[in-house]
Amino acid sequence: MKNKLRGQSKEQLLKLYYEMLLIRRLEEKSGQLYGMGKIAGFCHLYIGQEAVVTGIQSLAKEGDSVITGYRDHGHMIACGLDPRGVLAELMGRIDGLSKGKGGSMHMFSKEKTFYGGHGIVGAQVPLGTGLALAHKYENDGGVVFAYFGDGAANQGQVYEAYNMASLWKLPILYIIENNHYSMGTSVARHSATDHFYSRGAGFNIPGELVNGMDLFDVQTATEKALAHIRAGKGPYILEMDTYRYKGHSMSDPGRYRSKEEVDTIKQDNDPLSNCKRDLLAHGVATEAELKVLEQKVKQEMDEVVNFCEASPEPEAHELYTDVLIEDKQWPY
Amino acid sequence: MALLTVREALRDAMAEEMRRDPKVFVMGEEVAQYQGAYKVTQGLLEEFGEGRVMDTPITEYGFAGVGVGAAFKGLKPIVEFMTFNFSMQAIDHIINSAAKTLYMSGGQMTCPIVFRGPNGVASRVGAQHSQCFASWYSHCPGIKVVAPYSAADAKGLLKSAIRDPNPVVFLENELMYGRSFEVPDDPDYIVPLGKASVVREGTDATIVTFSLAVGKALEAADRLASQGVNVEVIDLRTLRPLDIDTIVASIQKTNRIVTVEEGWPQSGIGAEIAAQVMTHAFDFLDAPLERVTGKDVPLPYAANLERLAIPQVDDITAAIRKVCYKN
Repeated sequence: MKNKLRGQSKEQLLKLYYEMLLIRRLEEKSGQLYGMGKIAGFCHLYIGQEAVVTGIQSLAKEGDSVITGYRDHGHMIACGLDPRGVLAELMGRIDGLSKGKGGSMHMFSKEKTFYGGHGIVGAQVPLGTGLALAHKYENDGGVVFAYFGDGAANQGQVYEAYNMASLWKLPILYIIENNHYSMGTSVARHSATDHFYSRGAGFNIPGELVNGMDLFDVQTATEKALAHIRAGKGPYILEMDTYRYKGHSMSDPGRYRSKEEVDTIKQDNDPLSNCKRDLLAHGVATEAELKVLEQKVKQEMDEVVNFCEASPEPEAHELYTDVLIEDKQWPY
Repeated sequence: MALLTVREALRDAMAEEMRRDPKVFVMGEEVAQYQGAYKVTQGLLEEFGEGRVMDTPITEYGFAGVGVGAAFKGLKPIVEFMTFNFSMQAIDHIINSAAKTLYMSGGQMTCPIVFRGPNGVASRVGAQHSQCFASWYSHCPGIKVVAPYSAADAKGLLKSAIRDPNPVVFLENELMYGRSFEVPDDPDYIVPLGKASVVREGTDATIVTFSLAVGKALEAADRLASQGVNVEVIDLRTLRPLDIDTIVASIQKTNRIVTVEEGWPQSGIGAEIAAQVMTHAFDFLDAPLERVTGKDVPLPYAANLERLAIPQVDDITAAIRKVCYKN
């Protein structure tokens, strides 16, 4: 029987904790830079939800594919992308993952098989299902991780995709990050039923509700779901019960919920604090060792910011590049 | 040369490209067991199997997104819309997901996909099933838009569209499917995208058109020839990128131009050509450009009203006489 920490080595566990810290500090820094006018437009922060993507992606294999919506910065870190590419993109610089042409909501990495970063609510669900179709077509054993929120869970295209994924037994894990607010509308006010994990039942897709504030619960549920998918049994749904601390985007003052509600979760159920508590309780690391990690993240973030500040804006000629692929000569 | 219908030419193009490249597959409503709602995919299921010829549920938004996702991963889907009228449900994935992602990813994410199916007015099916999407799609950067007339072009252009690394919207016409044309036998016969074709040479005026209306323009040109007016007819074939050079070269010769399309007049293909001609050929014009378009109404059902709503040969001859000051 595995313990709470699932038999993972100290090195693995500290890497996970480091990754969650890195996501949080990156998002905090993004918020600051937004306030300073160095990031513009829409900017959706992931603070509070770190355990979800960190736990799930820790079980991904080489060749699996990932796709998500616009709250995507943390997902890219969890896919192993350099935070410099993420922050530089937020700042509209040439060293950004999309050369500054995509912005916060539209980032991709072919190398890390991260397929975006999509700004249209719910679009990633059929797109992810198409990635899964390609995995099955090529018979390469890959699985798709498709992330979306409780708001997107009401989009019609989600159910069109569920139907095809189940009909064709496609290798895809649908992850509903239920942070309880679809922008400013609470689940109780936007959904006739709140058990998003059970909405696959009509399509014969199994689903499960998971404590998304606990890294190890997330990993355990993901392992079970992946066993189902990798066995060729088709899609699986995991609803992650989680919470975002910041507004929907930077322009959201959050008047639809009380300060007490946010503070209570921060204090009693923060995913980083929960992880730290477990690491200490199981003697994986000492307070001092975790402090060193925290210092290291802080230092890394300072270097990231310096790099991004120094990165230039894209040159004017980039306006007209990447509209069409034109280097392949007809008749191909 | 072989005499083939447009329907057969399109099917042969898909079959040849599927033999050439295992990443090419077809998906859409009724494309497999039913052999295509308009029988364009006839025989493909038998040759390539259900793994490469896939029937979808009637969920255009969803399966267009699935096709785009598969293309992101390197497959080359041919997504058939039973008609382009239903692509309005899927237009979010065609524009937001397929057309914009190369740019938004700084050139990383490619989307080699073809969306094809019949476009425009069919016959007596009313407003929701009779609409031309040429100007809708050709408005948008990041995709190519093709609309063939002859069977040879339908085949050669579809082969180019499938091989093209970019998303392509391929607008067919239901009323053309059964018409026969000479088509080269060579399986390597292929027609480049972005090049218009002068299908009839003339000296007195130029008609610029595409798809089904090319036939009407040729008929108008025949009638006008008997009246001593010698008309040049250009089949655009590709609407984006638009081959403005061929249009300008013709105007330099004829000094008069009429555009013909089934779509509505405002912000249409003719409107775009008028704007470009103003910029590139203003000094060569001896008369203002004249547009023949679908009338600015939803397409009516009644036979007499439907006929009035779409461009007829008489409308084209009248427009040519007008730009030639022969009224």
